[in-house]
Amino acid sequence: MADISLSGTPHSVDSIQASYMAQVQRRRLYGGLTLLIFVVLMVSGFNIADDRNAGGFWEGLHQIGDYPADVVSEAWEKRADLPALIAKFFPALVETINIAAVSTLIGAMGGLFLSLLGTRGLAKWPRLIPVFRRISDVMRAVPEIVIALVLIFVLGGGPVPAMIAIAIHTAGALGKMFSEVAENADLKPVEGLASTGASWSQRMLLGVLPQVAPNYVSYTLLRFEVNIRASAILGFVGAGGLGYELRNAMAWGPGRFDEAAAIFILLFGTIVFFDQVSSRYRNRLTEGQAQ
Amino acid sequence: MLQIEKLTKRFGDKTAVDAANIAVDTPKMIGIIGRSGAGKSTLLRMVNCLSDATEGSIFFEGEDVTTLRGAAKRNWQSRCAMIFQQFNLVPRMDVVSNVLHGTLNKRSTAATLFNLYPQSDIHRAIEILDRLGIAEQAPKRAEALSGGQQQRVAIARALMQDPKIILADEPIASLDPMNAQVVMQSLRTIHEEDGRMVIANLHTLDTARRYCDRVIGMRDGRIVFDGTPEQLTTGVARDIYGADASFSEAATSTEIETLDRAEVRAAEVYA
Repeated sequence: MADISLSGTPHSVDSIQASYMAQVQRRRLYGGLTLLIFVVLMVSGFNIADDRNAGGFWEGLHQIGDYPADVVSEAWEKRADLPALIAKFFPALVETINIAAVSTLIGAMGGLFLSLLGTRGLAKWPRLIPVFRRISDVMRAVPEIVIALVLIFVLGGGPVPAMIAIAIHTAGALGKMFSEVAENADLKPVEGLASTGASWSQRMLLGVLPQVAPNYVSYTLLRFEVNIRASAILGFVGAGGLGYELRNAMAWGPGRFDEAAAIFILLFGTIVFFDQVSSRYRNRLTEGQAQ
Repeated sequence: MLQIEKLTKRFGDKTAVDAANIAVDTPKMIGIIGRSGAGKSTLLRMVNCLSDATEGSIFFEGEDVTTLRGAAKRNWQSRCAMIFQQFNLVPRMDVVSNVLHGTLNKRSTAATLFNLYPQSDIHRAIEILDRLGIAEQAPKRAEALSGGQQQRVAIARALMQDPKIILADEPIASLDPMNAQVVMQSLRTIHEEDGRMVIANLHTLDTARRYCDRVIGMRDGRIVFDGTPEQLTTGVARDIYGADASFSEAATSTEIETLDRAEVRAAEVYA
């Protein structure tokens, strides 16, 4: 009863304990050294950056709250005007959301094609997979603001250059995320459809998309949230919308801080709203998938 | 020792466990049998507080464990170890680390992060592995082991917790007959030598008969049989499984004896 061992000739427990302890000591030594190197690098890197910093980190640290404090105190003094200001900037908010929505839609479609063409096992032209992958790399490597600045220079200011800039970045980013989902898709339905003589687009539409749709929609909603922020920032460089108004209010300095506060409230409220809506919707999609 | 009173679990309008009453006075080896979906796993999961009871209570030595929260609940979980059908080890960590996870309730997260287990614990983990006959596997990754070995690592993790109760949820359902016998024999040995209570969900009757002191039958969430293995006749088993006269134990048996009598004698001598 007592001997339940299946082993042939076991080593003595002592030697196993000793060799395992030696292994643990070695691992702890390596772990400690790694931690030490990490701390040394962080501290020295911080000091170098602090030396080169014009203002100095420690001298500036206590001033970090000054600007928000100015904005909040001025906005609080003029709090009676806030509802009117929020109403005034609401059209700009709609413009910002529109830019985000259109660019997410166009970007998601672009990302869909890039992902299907750049995934091993699914691609229509397997030899061109690296080409499509590099295209999507380039699209998400170039920052939106750079594309937007070039396009604003060429096309003039307004929402269209911002929309194109965000759509390009979205297509690259979603292409990468989509293709990781598609890599895990089950290929058996695709093979089944191929055996009936279905074309590539039919195989993708009926064999792959139903499997990956919940994840694709979920990533697209996440991207929509990111794009609202991005389109607000692009307003700073002249793409219109809420960001443009915010830059004006901030650049004017004291006196217009109530406007800045109103815009911050709008932006914050919008992001919270869409975050809540999309996270609820995403939960439903992933839970629905589990059932 | 352990008293389960009117324990009920509902998922929406479906009742998984329906007013279960079980009383255990002395540490015993108890087998719970029943069809898939009869509520066996849900019952064990509620005892370990992995899922909350909808109604009813579980008393262990006078303390109602269903009302425990936070640190008190985690402390109870460390005193009532659980073994799973799919072993539930961390596959990429080595065997000893997996066994040391049995002490997590006594360690802080920071100590765990830097792998700072005391030497005495490491030595004890290897001794437990040796008792289960897998000490040579100590430095290997858990995922490199066979199913039977992984289940024994899971038992070692449970023993490391030094629990009063060991709950085993279908411990042998994904093992071949030979490994199933080793694992069941290990659980039996632990019960006899250490005096720990073992409650195992089993889906084969002959395993329950052979290793358990007491058998509980569940059907559709209700306890329909509670008695000794001798009282578990084929007629009672048919009731528990809701089967007709064509039901035969041998058809589902994982025991080698049903295939070859000579081999069983050999195994018993070995054991």
